[in-house]
Amino acid sequence: MVETPRQVVVLLASFAVMAGLPAIAAAAGRPDFVTLGSQVCIMAIAAAGLDLLMGRTGLPSFGQAAWFGLGGYTVAILAAHAGDGSLPGWVTGAWFAWPAAILVPAVLALGIGALCLRTTGISFIMITLAFAQMFFFLFVALKAYGGDDGLSMRRRNALPFIGPRDDVGFYYVCLAALVLVLLVLRRVWRSRLGVVLDGIRQNERRMLAIGLNPFPYKLAAFVLAASLGGLAGALHVNLFRFASPDLLHWTQSGELMVMVVLGGLGSLWGAVFGAAALVLLHVFLAQWTEHWMIVLGPILVAVVLLARRGVWGALGGR
Amino acid sequence: MILLLEQLLNGLQYGVMLFLMAAGLTLVFGIMGLINLAHGSLYMIGAYAAAWTQQQTGSFLLGLAAGLAAAGVLGVALEMAILRRLYGRAHLDQVLATFGVILFANEAVAMLFGRQPLMAGLPRWLAGAVEIVPGVPYPLYRLAIIAVGLAVAAGLYGLIAHTRIGMLVRAGATHRALVGALGVRIGLLFTAVFGLGALLAGLAGALTGPLLSVQVGMGERILIATFVVIVIGGLGSVRGALAGSVLVGMVDTLARAYLPGALRGVMAAADADALGAGLSSMAIFILMAAVLLWRPRGLFPTHG
Repeated sequence: MVETPRQVVVLLASFAVMAGLPAIAAAAGRPDFVTLGSQVCIMAIAAAGLDLLMGRTGLPSFGQAAWFGLGGYTVAILAAHAGDGSLPGWVTGAWFAWPAAILVPAVLALGIGALCLRTTGISFIMITLAFAQMFFFLFVALKAYGGDDGLSMRRRNALPFIGPRDDVGFYYVCLAALVLVLLVLRRVWRSRLGVVLDGIRQNERRMLAIGLNPFPYKLAAFVLAASLGGLAGALHVNLFRFASPDLLHWTQSGELMVMVVLGGLGSLWGAVFGAAALVLLHVFLAQWTEHWMIVLGPILVAVVLLARRGVWGALGGR
Repeated sequence: MILLLEQLLNGLQYGVMLFLMAAGLTLVFGIMGLINLAHGSLYMIGAYAAAWTQQQTGSFLLGLAAGLAAAGVLGVALEMAILRRLYGRAHLDQVLATFGVILFANEAVAMLFGRQPLMAGLPRWLAGAVEIVPGVPYPLYRLAIIAVGLAVAAGLYGLIAHTRIGMLVRAGATHRALVGALGVRIGLLFTAVFGLGALLAGLAGALTGPLLSVQVGMGERILIATFVVIVIGGLGSVRGALAGSVLVGMVDTLARAYLPGALRGVMAAADADALGAGLSSMAIFILMAAVLLWRPRGLFPTHG
């Protein structure tokens, strides 16, 4: 993956806009821009993780929302137990809750991924969707954690230097997390693991013939995608201080897939632009009409039928 | 014992309903290699058209006809306008484009009929109950659904195994390109098979109306259960769809009926009910995982 000069310029410009967003929001008198920016960063983390699986490895998972929701519920449930005294207060520290929100989906993904990867192609899409749906029903039924109504979190996880009500500070945390994730993923993309994943996508049988067993590589990609989904979910629940089964809804999985494809499959940076495009499109269309999905649906169909390279590919100018 | 018999029949009825959905979905996949998420939308459209027509005219049969017609016509239109362009494409593209169709269909139905569920009633001649064994009444309507479903299964078997169209369908499922090369108008065959699947989805939707409330989002619930059926049965296999449907219908119904009670033996009643409800909605997914461990390609794997 080598960025063209134009893409580098766009990346730097985008980063400058993101870094200056709170100042822009203050100047425009629109503090809601900051929340929107945090949302973009959070969805971009989940979408970038999914791109490793979908774009780089060629395994389209329709269940990314399960990890998103599991990460979110992990921090919310820890906070709820700390609130009623059944767990010590330090579990709500970000240093503990966020790694937990990464680890819980990762461990579950290790088992579920091993099962899902027994199938390929269309069965893989269906089985990942089915497992995500299983977790969705589980959280709907868990009355102890709010069930259908969801579970609110009284305050955000404690971070050093940043107060629980500091929205701008939290935005910079999300942005930093996104940048860190992207830099790590960029290394993964170019590492031996990333190259093998690329080979598996192009021709799995040939990888076998070379003498590589694809299974552990595919599982690693699956678990990495799930971990990043969990991190994004934890940040999302922190942002809105609320977790509900909607986090795991199958449309959420679908939207994450759309972000990846919209940005440009397998391009990593594209996932960020896809996430930004979809989050902003949501907000824009929702302001315009309550029935925004009737517009979004045809846009999706058109993107799939016509725009194959995605936003990132178009920026590349080739 | 009596309860068990009733629950087995309920399971069979749900299974038959799933089969009506799964048959169309698996045929379309087997022949065109297309995964159509919007199959659930056709089910929803059938249900809405039937319930609305029934409310307007008071006739159950007119409603049923309207449901079939709406799903069939819109299904064929959908195939010709959008899905046709997706046959040769990656499964991912098919999933995303049909995902867009679902969003559109759900919102369009919400705009036309509102978000309040529609209620469809039962005609007097189907509303009663019959004694299946002496002293055990069972709703006539559910028995009628089972009969319709089994008749459809038999009809499909006849169609696929013993007619010229069925021969082309079987040939298309194994060697798509060759069938086209032999001079069969493959585009027409695809549209016909898709239309048949849409009709079956519409039939399932129209029949469901009097049992469940007709509302936006009903299509996705059954779609996901149908996916489980197809993965268990083996992609592209109609026999597998039948076996998977009955299995999933039974497991789901029996888990919902007996799991909370079984859990009450080991924990407090309220906790047992909540956990039982959660576990029983997970039951079919656990079943799917077990089947995949044992047979990764489903119970009746197809070649090709």
